[in-house]
Amino acid sequence: MDFDYTDEQRLLADSVAKLFANRYGDFEKRKHYATLPGGFDRAVWAEYAEAGLLALPFGEDHGGFGGGPVETMIVMEQIGRALALEPYMANTIFAGAILRHSANHALRDMMAPKLAAGEAIIAVAHTERHSRYDLHDVTTAARRDGDDFVLEGDKTVVIGGDSADYLIVSARIEGGRRDRHGIGLFLVDANAPGVSRRGYKMQDLTPGAEISLASVRVPANHDLGGLPLLERAADEAIAAICAEAVGAMESLIAMTVDYMKTRKQFGVPIAVFQALQHRAVDMTVAAEQARSMAVYAALSAASDNAKERSEAIAMAKTAVSKAARFVGQQAIQLHGGIGVTMEYKAGHYFKRLTMLTMQFGDADHFLRRLAA
Amino acid sequence: MELSFSPEESAFRDEVRQFIHDHLPHDVQKNMIEGREIGKQAIVDWQRKLNAKGWAVPHWPQAWGGKDWSPVMEYILLEELQAAPAPQPLPFNVSMVGPVIATFGSDAQKQKFLPATANIDIWWCQGFSEPGAGSDLAGLKTTARREGDFYIINGQKTWTTLAQYADWIFVLARTNPQAAKKQEGISFILVDMKTPGITVRPIQLIDGGHEVNEVWFDEVKVPAENLVGEENKGWDYAKFLLGNERTGIARVGASKQRLRRVRELAALERAGDGALIEAPWFREKLAEVDVDLKALEITQLRILSDARKSGKHGVPDPRSSILKIKGSEIQQATTELLMEVVGPLAMPFQGSGEPEDASNEMAIGPEDAAYAAPTYFNWRKISIYGGSNEIQRNIIAKAILGF
Repeated sequence: MDFDYTDEQRLLADSVAKLFANRYGDFEKRKHYATLPGGFDRAVWAEYAEAGLLALPFGEDHGGFGGGPVETMIVMEQIGRALALEPYMANTIFAGAILRHSANHALRDMMAPKLAAGEAIIAVAHTERHSRYDLHDVTTAARRDGDDFVLEGDKTVVIGGDSADYLIVSARIEGGRRDRHGIGLFLVDANAPGVSRRGYKMQDLTPGAEISLASVRVPANHDLGGLPLLERAADEAIAAICAEAVGAMESLIAMTVDYMKTRKQFGVPIAVFQALQHRAVDMTVAAEQARSMAVYAALSAASDNAKERSEAIAMAKTAVSKAARFVGQQAIQLHGGIGVTMEYKAGHYFKRLTMLTMQFGDADHFLRRLAA
Repeated sequence: MELSFSPEESAFRDEVRQFIHDHLPHDVQKNMIEGREIGKQAIVDWQRKLNAKGWAVPHWPQAWGGKDWSPVMEYILLEELQAAPAPQPLPFNVSMVGPVIATFGSDAQKQKFLPATANIDIWWCQGFSEPGAGSDLAGLKTTARREGDFYIINGQKTWTTLAQYADWIFVLARTNPQAAKKQEGISFILVDMKTPGITVRPIQLIDGGHEVNEVWFDEVKVPAENLVGEENKGWDYAKFLLGNERTGIARVGASKQRLRRVRELAALERAGDGALIEAPWFREKLAEVDVDLKALEITQLRILSDARKSGKHGVPDPRSSILKIKGSEIQQATTELLMEVVGPLAMPFQGSGEPEDASNEMAIGPEDAAYAAPTYFNWRKISIYGGSNEIQRNIIAKAILGF
């Protein structure tokens, strides 16, 4: 047992923190980035590439550094602190994991180096109008036609979808809407004929998109795998989200405690009121518990045992989502009116945390998975 | 003991329902159901209909349009408006400044302001909170300096709701900076928003909407006749006003309406093989809020019943702080439920819903999905404004602990 970072991991944490301090230290810059095409600054993305972050989780044979879930946790925590807008989770972690674990080695070996080098951005289009958080609830159809598949259907709330060059689309080759078998994961050029996309911002200013597929033709060998592959990649993505949420929670708590020490009412800093002290303590307790679960998720995310892995991830996402909601709500309450203004950073942490509690499923969703 | 309304009260409830059904514009109701802003004119038009019916200011003195109703009758009207949902009479007018003028104002002020206030010919906003005076309202720093027949006001107010619509503002300002206690030396002054030296700056809230403002006063010259009551007694009038503000703060009807909407939407959303509304785990979550809300409703009725018997209408009961705490928590719980119902569809931002917000895009999923998360964000304010829930707990603590 060892919960310490190695020297290399500490260096990674420092260099990522430095990158974000430089690019996001001034909160006004974030507002500006969000107005750029695709919803983030390509120059910042290029710095991710220079710092080796885009190559981090990939193997050396794909131009990567062979980083594992702990390295991902380190990067994601800093993304959470900075409220960064770039699609690192959606592209590098989630789509990256589908490629890394795909048994379609030809396609993997073609695409993974592009992601690692920052030459392409991929988003995973899996959510549908009525699928809620169930990855296996798929109505988008993949119909075999000679050497091709023809994709037909609509995907909603595609995280990072606005700026993606390629999409990985979950589609049903056979079976009923909620069957676990018969699902393919197709790599689709986002600009292919029949793909239409409507980009927008999410509540936390990160980019998202609606994607429609009308008779989109893809070669049959563009199928990366089935539901188990999607679930495995989602588990890695959820572990990453847990780390992001912990980074955001800790920054928000630090901000709140700082505010309590400087905000004066009744002639004293509000930090002297014991009821408020205890609230700050409860937030700290929640964040510590969440950090433990984010670590647990990271240390379980690479497991080949799908049942154990999925259970650990479900526990982590449940705990982190509950903590994120509590910390977010209480931070706003302790700030008072200033907390609900667009101008002030605390509200943006609250919104990001709210989005993170929903991504891939809220606490109720994972609690039910655990109880099943 | 008797849980039901009297036959007269039941008949009145039916009459209110019928009136709303006959007179509330459908689009206003639809926008309110879906969580959109309804704009100034819709609020004004509706209050004028209520006023014509005699229902805008039933709690005012009879000489100024009041009805001498029991608290239960007032409650029924308010609850039915919330449950419809229909706009409530503008609180700044009917619950805040109106009763203060009616109780402490001069005859000239009553004649000038009260009919116009009941009919929203004047739209009022509240100039109380300041950047340094929130929960500690008596710490306010805005000054009103007497010069001949005028007061000269300087300072800054904040969180001023809908100041962008307002014709007049009622201001708490310090007239005696040398007073021994900070509560002394404050006056209650009525100010025309068109007076030179007033600047209104919008504050954007986290849902992207514009409902609150900063209001700046720079050498604003106000006729001394706009002082309400006595100079340096403003704090007493403010306490009287804040006591009235707590009436209806539980918003039981509004929460009932929100839960009804949650049920409607949950019938449209799928969870697994069935509708979300059929899922036992979801029904348990709903039932939990239902139970909390029922307890709040009965608590509210008990407090009303006591007020009716004591005849101390308008005197705040310390238990009204319970209504604020539980009422805000339940309202906030309904916003969480709605967000959970639409699930991932709550994540895209589709504009604030304000008419001037051009980023409003095509809806994703049911129309309410676009407002689920913004409403959840925005409604965190409910446990902050009107005396934060921490201040309400202090009031109850004082009542039960005695110090």
